[in-house]
Amino acid sequence: MTVNSDGVFFLTGKDFANAGSASSNLKGILEKRGIPAEVIRRASIAAFEAEMNVIIYAVAGMMHYTITPETIKVVLQDMGPGIPDIGLAMQEGYSTAPDYIREMGFGSGMGLPNIKRNADKLTINSVVGEGTTVEFVISLERSGR
Amino acid sequence: MTLDDIKGILGALALTGRGDMEIDIGRAYCADLMSDVLAFSVTNSLLITGLTNAQVVRTAEVADIKAIVFVQNKRPDIQTIAMAEAKNIPLFVTELSMFDTCGRLYERGLRSQMGPTV
Repeated sequence: MTVNSDGVFFLTGKDFANAGSASSNLKGILEKRGIPAEVIRRASIAAFEAEMNVIIYAVAGMMHYTITPETIKVVLQDMGPGIPDIGLAMQEGYSTAPDYIREMGFGSGMGLPNIKRNADKLTINSVVGEGTTVEFVISLERSGR
Repeated sequence: MTLDDIKGILGALALTGRGDMEIDIGRAYCADLMSDVLAFSVTNSLLITGLTNAQVVRTAEVADIKAIVFVQNKRPDIQTIAMAEAKNIPLFVTELSMFDTCGRLYERGLRSQMGPTV
């Protein structure tokens, strides 16, 4: 699947030294656009959680972003194990993360719920053994929420 | 409560050189789970944690947290400190436990976003 976007960051699985740098760069881009801080915070938190998911679980992935006057759209595509039961993965506290991930402060089963909490729209498509696509949209105006 | 006040109350050591010690910290949140910080912390607050990896600084950055206190004399590595310097997020370390750190700050009036305000 090809994604049309304003830009893309490439993510490498298990690269914990750089984990979060894509979200950090996205935050910088949003700040330069003069987007309200509260909107940037929601977009950054959602992007960071989604980025960590790719780093933790996948071999590699991409984070595409598109910024319009109305919305920020972020699409993360990964080559990973896929999510067998998305409903279960959306439950707060449900996690399949190994202990070493939990020791880093992640893998507590709040990642996808945190994305949902901050996004105005969240779509997850996943094929077990192939990968997952997480797409979320943040409205610049709160009326959409 | 300013960062300077917090440093004094906790007998803390500053790990970073830059940053305005007079900025006002209105709220605090404590956790070792970064997803909890991302879910429940508020902007312009202080993060109290026992985790010292780079993701703590990333979490503070995306959640608009102003400063971080590491408890039990736990110190992040030099790369993490350098990242915090670059992102202008002051880091402090205290010998106090997380319980005592929170207790002392609460006693002096610092609150989370959800708790009682008096």
